[in-house]
Amino acid sequence: MLNAKIPGGPLDQKWTYYKGHCNLVNPANKRKLEVIIIGTGLAGASAAASLGELGYKVKAFCFQDSPRRAHSIAAQGGINAAKNYQNDGDSVFRLFYDTIKGGDYRAREGNVHRLAEVSANIIDQCVAQGVPFAREYGGLLSNRSFGGTQVQRTFYAAGQTGQQLLIGAYQALERQVALGNVKMYSRHEMLDIVMIDGKARGIIARNLVTGELERHFGHAVLLCSGGYGNVFYLSTNAMGSNVTAAWKAHKKGAYFGNPCFTQIHPTCIPVSGDHQSKLTLMSESLRNDGRIWVPKQKGDTRKPNEIPEEERDYYLERRYPAFGNLVPRDVASRAAKERCDAGYGVGSSRQAVYLDYAKAIERYGLGECSKLGIEDPTPEQVREHGVNVVKEKYGNLFDMYEKITGENPYEVPMRIYPAVHYTMGGLWVDYELMTNVPGLYALGEANFSDHGANRLGASALMQGLADGYFVIPYTIGNYLSNDIRTAAIPTSHQAFVDTEKAVQDRIDRLMNIKGAKTVESFHKRLGKIMWDKCGMARNAAGLQEAIEEIRQLKKEFWSNLRIPGGIKEMNPELDKANRVADFIELGELMCIDALQRNESCGGHFREESQTEEGEAKRDDNNFQYVAAWELKGEGNWELHREDLVFEVAKPSQRSYK
Amino acid sequence: MEHHTMNLTLKVWRQKNSSDSGHFETYDVKDISSEMSFLEMFDVLNERLIAEGKDPIAFDHDCREGICGMCSMYINGRPHGPWHANTTCQLHMRAYKDGDTIVVEPWRAKSFPVIKDLVVDRTAFDRIIQAGGYISVNTGNAVDANSIPIEKDKADLAFANAACIGCGACVAACKNSSAMLFVSAKVSHLALLPQGDPERKSRVINMIAQMDKEGFGGCTNTGACEAVCPKEISITNIARLNNEYIKAGLTVDK
Amino acid sequence: MKWSEFFTSSIGKKLVMALTGVFLISFLVVHAGINACIFADLFDPNDNGEMFNRAAHFMGSSVVIRIMEVGLFIGFIIHIVQGFAVEAKNLGRRGKGYQVNLGNKGSKWYSRTMGLFGTLLFLFLVMHISQFWYASRIAHDLPEASYDPLQHDLFSRMVEVFSHPFIVVLYVLGCFSLAWHLMHGFQSAFRTLGVHNNRYLHLIRGFGIGFSILIPVLFALMPVSIYFGWIGQD
Repeated sequence: MLNAKIPGGPLDQKWTYYKGHCNLVNPANKRKLEVIIIGTGLAGASAAASLGELGYKVKAFCFQDSPRRAHSIAAQGGINAAKNYQNDGDSVFRLFYDTIKGGDYRAREGNVHRLAEVSANIIDQCVAQGVPFAREYGGLLSNRSFGGTQVQRTFYAAGQTGQQLLIGAYQALERQVALGNVKMYSRHEMLDIVMIDGKARGIIARNLVTGELERHFGHAVLLCSGGYGNVFYLSTNAMGSNVTAAWKAHKKGAYFGNPCFTQIHPTCIPVSGDHQSKLTLMSESLRNDGRIWVPKQKGDTRKPNEIPEEERDYYLERRYPAFGNLVPRDVASRAAKERCDAGYGVGSSRQAVYLDYAKAIERYGLGECSKLGIEDPTPEQVREHGVNVVKEKYGNLFDMYEKITGENPYEVPMRIYPAVHYTMGGLWVDYELMTNVPGLYALGEANFSDHGANRLGASALMQGLADGYFVIPYTIGNYLSNDIRTAAIPTSHQAFVDTEKAVQDRIDRLMNIKGAKTVESFHKRLGKIMWDKCGMARNAAGLQEAIEEIRQLKKEFWSNLRIPGGIKEMNPELDKANRVADFIELGELMCIDALQRNESCGGHFREESQTEEGEAKRDDNNFQYVAAWELKGEGNWELHREDLVFEVAKPSQRSYK
Repeated sequence: MEHHTMNLTLKVWRQKNSSDSGHFETYDVKDISSEMSFLEMFDVLNERLIAEGKDPIAFDHDCREGICGMCSMYINGRPHGPWHANTTCQLHMRAYKDGDTIVVEPWRAKSFPVIKDLVVDRTAFDRIIQAGGYISVNTGNAVDANSIPIEKDKADLAFANAACIGCGACVAACKNSSAMLFVSAKVSHLALLPQGDPERKSRVINMIAQMDKEGFGGCTNTGACEAVCPKEISITNIARLNNEYIKAGLTVDK
Repeated sequence: MKWSEFFTSSIGKKLVMALTGVFLISFLVVHAGINACIFADLFDPNDNGEMFNRAAHFMGSSVVIRIMEVGLFIGFIIHIVQGFAVEAKNLGRRGKGYQVNLGNKGSKWYSRTMGLFGTLLFLFLVMHISQFWYASRIAHDLPEASYDPLQHDLFSRMVEVFSHPFIVVLYVLGCFSLAWHLMHGFQSAFRTLGVHNNRYLHLIRGFGIGFSILIPVLFALMPVSIYFGWIGQD
């Protein structure tokens, strides 16, 4: 039976109780304890910095050339915090409630409440580090609203919030490197976990420059390796984002929680052709001011500006009058897909909808003109001033759109379409963020914990930093306090030797296939299967087909792959092959998970489970649990259920109408 | 968007590893869509090279949306290619026309040694940050975020400087291979904020000392860094850096 | 931080360049002002360089000025030696060069040629000093001034030197070098000194361009005017 180790007591006292009662490690002992951290995004960098500050000996690993490149850097919109600076009724409880509801009641109350509690501290910490959040003229912090909420609680730094937060965490990390508390290993990739006496005690990492395998000991191992959206090949993730670290943990016994929960983000730049290597997100904040529409007439080929107002279908405003364009991401994505599937899509591919700023430009323009005292402004004046306001708010996003598409979004509506963005699923962890493998932790997007079946905008940054700055420093002590007598285990230990050999054997096997097809071609095929059959809408027949196809693909991969170059050198194709091999196995598990969860919830939409109006229909009687999968052998998983108990936020059918 | 296809000639720097002397190789690439990104064109070429049994071209890239700072090609004499305020990954093939020849080189600076092909080692930047590019505040020490109001213009300017992505284009473009724009962006970001004040002097002194130690050149204010910076970091920051450094150097007590 | 560390850091070194540069710029004003006395001949045909000779005599006889002159030489030497050292060091930072260079796509050509124009100016300076300063201050082989036998007639040396077209061309080229050197050096010096307020930087840039044109033109007019006989001794 899975024990999430949630402390007793009322919901809002749990974390306080935990902090007051968990075991501590004294400073002298901390110096003797080594912690390995995989990944240097928001979760990893903040954890490495915080644990280094506490005095632990930390080794941090990232596959990029610098910890500052981690993909947290690409987050645009903002970070939520229950500060209630706007006096609009926000509170810890509301943030907790919105997150649980937004996650469609598939997240743990205890974890989410803790997240809401520490959210305010994150903002304080980041400001103290010099993160330049947007400010009002009075010098105080500015907020904006985001999808799925009715208060303004999102802190932001133009469209580059993730970058600013990551740079803050990165600087804190580099400070610890300078102080000698953290040793940084960049261009290193973790390829396996070393288990000794049932505990995670180290890793095997490959130096991506020399190709050498290295053994590293740690009293505990933290996986902060991000999500696995790249299983779809095309996603908004970075090219290097991968599941390998989490998957190796899974293979060493860690359960994988809710693997099928994937977030498809509604506002991405549509695919332009077969050459496409990745998709680019346009921040959700654009939905604050932009209006989404398609033509009312099927297959309308007119240019957007030639379609008169009354022939446009603002379908989100029509279907969800209460939230309008600000419905949660899963709802907005499905609505876009529904329109396109029904034949109303726009652009050359017909797989896109318009995100229109003409109205916002006019509204802001009129506001500016009246501020400037211009009476009876001409349409040109209104436009000019309106464009300036929009430029200040969203300029970098508009520029990016123009660079990618060659179209000027101030003149023509942007074309957008949903794309894979985030994975709510991940390694199963308990309240302390430890997987079921002792000493092995998962933080940030790599774990499954806080977002249920759908993540609200601006919550990923919050979770990554909460885990790294404010949760793990307490919970890891509770575990390591039992380890103060464990001396560092030399890496000549048999377990290190054996694990390294297994890693080496797998690399040799990959290199020796010497087939005909490239890694990229397999990855593309996997992505297509996943997108078509385990994407925005899923059904039993499709998922079963997908499982078969993936098994076939796996066979072909291991018999017909070609990797050029050698092992003991920089070889990006080999790195990729290692990752794609894991993605293929994960893809199968995702389909199996999606198949067993015969309900629709959040980002997981089973066509068999929908209301008459086509909205998602949850089945709390049968599926109010976390699906935690244990690997039993190749292609063989056992399901463990962690039942979800809602004492405070009583489940109800989500409605944004 | 109207699109078209083109055939191009690429001259690419190939170097097996850091000790290899390296050379240019010429490749013809065909049927490149104007909608592709520059790196997608490299993907296409690499797929072909692998199919032909050759070694694909190694290049750094990750986010492919212009923010991680990992991509680093010196394209036809300009870091990140011809577009203003742009990164290589966001450069699209619309910028070229059929029959063009494109020369692609790695960043060149002694402080950025080539690892393989177009991949260079930029860890010198990390070490400069380690020397002082931070505010020393341990987790949990912070006061309420709104307890320190910051003038909006200053906050905006600090943000504009904090937008540096650490790609190293400034070094690649500078005739002296100076890292001064990079250092000045970080020094300015932190010096403009009240939170950065306590370590203001030691920060600038130590970061410059580290920059010199890494072997970057000095600044002669030519402005090439600013012209190629994908995030439009202003060269005025270098003047601010000088100001900070001179003040610190003349007033520190030990 | 030791003083030696301060002045040998990359910013310290260019601070030295900037300080000596600004000092030399101020010297240019004095030099151009004194030399411009030869144009008194345009307004008073009987001047025949008298005003210039008197000014030159003052510059050579005042103890204060002579002490400052030592400072000036030190300034020149530091600026030149440091300039060569910095340029040499900076050039070595690249390692292997580019096949295609950024060139004017990133910066003004004259901002990249400070070393070249500096070298030309140095060569010019050697010639210039040996022609005038050496003669008047060390060799004392100049004729007596018409109005006072105790003073030199430096003006007559000018007339003599600038009667050779080749020399005049060299002087005009020297002035060109000076103009381009100043065009970048003037505003660059202030940036190095830490002026980062954009309003002041705009002023300095504008003023610098004016200065970089005006002073060299004034200098160039001297050999040209003498060569063409617009002014001279009659």
